[in-house]
Amino acid sequence: MAQPQATGQQQTERTNGAQPVNGMQFGIDVKPGMIDVVPDEEARLIVRNVHAYYGEAHAVKDITFAMRSRKVTAIIGPSGCGKSTLLRCMNRMHEEQRAARVEGQIILDGENIYDRSVDPVLVRRRIGMVFQKPNPFPTMSIADNVLAGYKLNRVRAGKGDLAERCEVALRRAALWDEVKDQLNRPGTDLSGGQQQRLCIARSLAVDPEILLMDEPCSALDPLATARIEDLVKELSQEITVVIVTHNMQQAARVSDMTAFMLLGRMIEYGPTTDMFTTPRDERTEAYITGRFG
Amino acid sequence: MATLTGRRGSFAATRGEIRKRRIIDRLMVGSMIAVTALVCSVLFIIIAYIFYRGVSYINWEFLTSNPRPVGSEGGGIVNAIVGSLILVGIASVMAVPVGVGAAIFIGEFPSPRLQRAVRFMADVLTGVPSIVVGLFAYALIVEPTGTFSGWAGSAALGFIIVPIVLITAQEALRLVPGSLREAALALGVPRWRVIMLVVVPAARRALLTGLILATARALGETAPLIFTTLGNNFWNTDPSRPLSALPLVIYRYAVGPYQEEHRQAWAAAFMLLAVVFFISLMTRVVFRSRYEE
Ligand SMILES: Nc1ncnc2c1ncn2[C@@H]1O[C@H](COP(=O)(O)OP(=O)(O)OP(=O)(O)O)[C@@H](O)[C@H]1O
Ligand SMILES: [Mg+2]
Repeated sequence: MAQPQATGQQQTERTNGAQPVNGMQFGIDVKPGMIDVVPDEEARLIVRNVHAYYGEAHAVKDITFAMRSRKVTAIIGPSGCGKSTLLRCMNRMHEEQRAARVEGQIILDGENIYDRSVDPVLVRRRIGMVFQKPNPFPTMSIADNVLAGYKLNRVRAGKGDLAERCEVALRRAALWDEVKDQLNRPGTDLSGGQQQRLCIARSLAVDPEILLMDEPCSALDPLATARIEDLVKELSQEITVVIVTHNMQQAARVSDMTAFMLLGRMIEYGPTTDMFTTPRDERTEAYITGRFG
Repeated sequence: MATLTGRRGSFAATRGEIRKRRIIDRLMVGSMIAVTALVCSVLFIIIAYIFYRGVSYINWEFLTSNPRPVGSEGGGIVNAIVGSLILVGIASVMAVPVGVGAAIFIGEFPSPRLQRAVRFMADVLTGVPSIVVGLFAYALIVEPTGTFSGWAGSAALGFIIVPIVLITAQEALRLVPGSLREAALALGVPRWRVIMLVVVPAARRALLTGLILATARALGETAPLIFTTLGNNFWNTDPSRPLSALPLVIYRYAVGPYQEEHRQAWAAAFMLLAVVFFISLMTRVVFRSRYEE
């Protein structure tokens, strides 16, 4: 599936070219700066004119922006603005819901993941996802949960190889020391914070290039939250992370880039430091300073 | 100043209110206990009475020999026990995949109209009197083949099992949290694998309950067997010829003129209960996973 780099470059250029035209064409309020803030060579995942629907309800409206490679991108915004929906579009999970539909392009390595020839199952192996509520498989042990991506896909691998992958994934998720002596206990026996790290390990075990996290800390206490935040920062040295959060301090702490959404649209996107110190849009400023949302 | 005995305006209730609440509480708990005891005692009386009437006749000969000619002492029901197991076994093998498959189909590939239609038909099917089901199997199999047979009896029992399994399986699958499905899909597991390896195992216990319910019901059905498998006084394990069955034996012996036959009817009833109990126990043991208490 990997394409030569030139193609990615080309696509990005076309994206840039299309952006203002599109905005003008439909008279939609799109900031041209939204895609320019990320230099072409740093763009890993490009979202281009994406719309998402639940039946007739238009939940995500014409969003265009690019995720920087090996950086953490935070998506913030008031409840119901479409953050989760946008995130689910990025690994083709949105379409799993009833009557849900996506328009537009999302480009990974120069290839549109919504192209007809693309198998959504393969997209999801490259772009992992962690959910708001920890959801370990209740019928599996801790080890089997971590290796679920292999076991459920009946991947043939040696026992030692799998054990090693399991350990590596648990270490990356900062859970190894706590569970190394109880790998055969049910995954649901762990605490909420441990379960969430187990789910992160499960996603990491299949070596995704991009990790999407939908409010991964909202069910956790401050201590467990701090651990996950550290983890996110560490992970971004190896992979590209997109994190949806309700918590502005969290966005400020963990992310390099921040996107602000309102009513299905992306209002502003830029480096986190700029967003929190000198927001360009007054709605962003109002939200960040807590005047609404 | 608020005191525990309470005055108007404070959070504490007055002594009278507390007493009233306590009385209502006791009344409710008491009536719940009474109702539960009533249900349990009815069950207990039935089982105890069958045990009392039946167990005294159970002996090795009764369990291991075929019936003797009418009116003579001794003889047993081994052919009926085996016949019942064969009939219900064939019926389950035919009907359970159909019922569970249909439940998976309408649950996982949702079309509200199809769901309602299938559910309605299943409800109607459970309401069809079993004698009518027997007649149907008679017209469908006995008439064309020109002979009573175990196959015809199994088919009739199958018609009774399908809707029960379908309805219980549908409920069981609906109770599996969507978050498990999502977790597996997000790992890049194809949909049919998610269903077979995550959803069905998670619903296993409830599916099993439906299965036991359906087989127990089929084991006890008499009417659909009368003009399909007919019954047989001799040893037979070939389903293309008439098979004996426990309910048929109970029915024939209970209305027979001899004391000996009545005693055998009670003993057969006891054996029928024992077989149902044994099957549900075995199914639970076999399918119990190490994560269940
Ligand atoms: N399954 C669904 N069916 C219909 N509409 C939905 C569904 N899920 C979400 N929506 C609608 O889509 C819009 C965006 O929802 P989304 O879950 O993406 O918001 P969110 O920004 O993640 O909110 P929150 O911060 O509360 O999680 C909302 O208006 C919501 O009502
Ligand atoms: Mg959300």
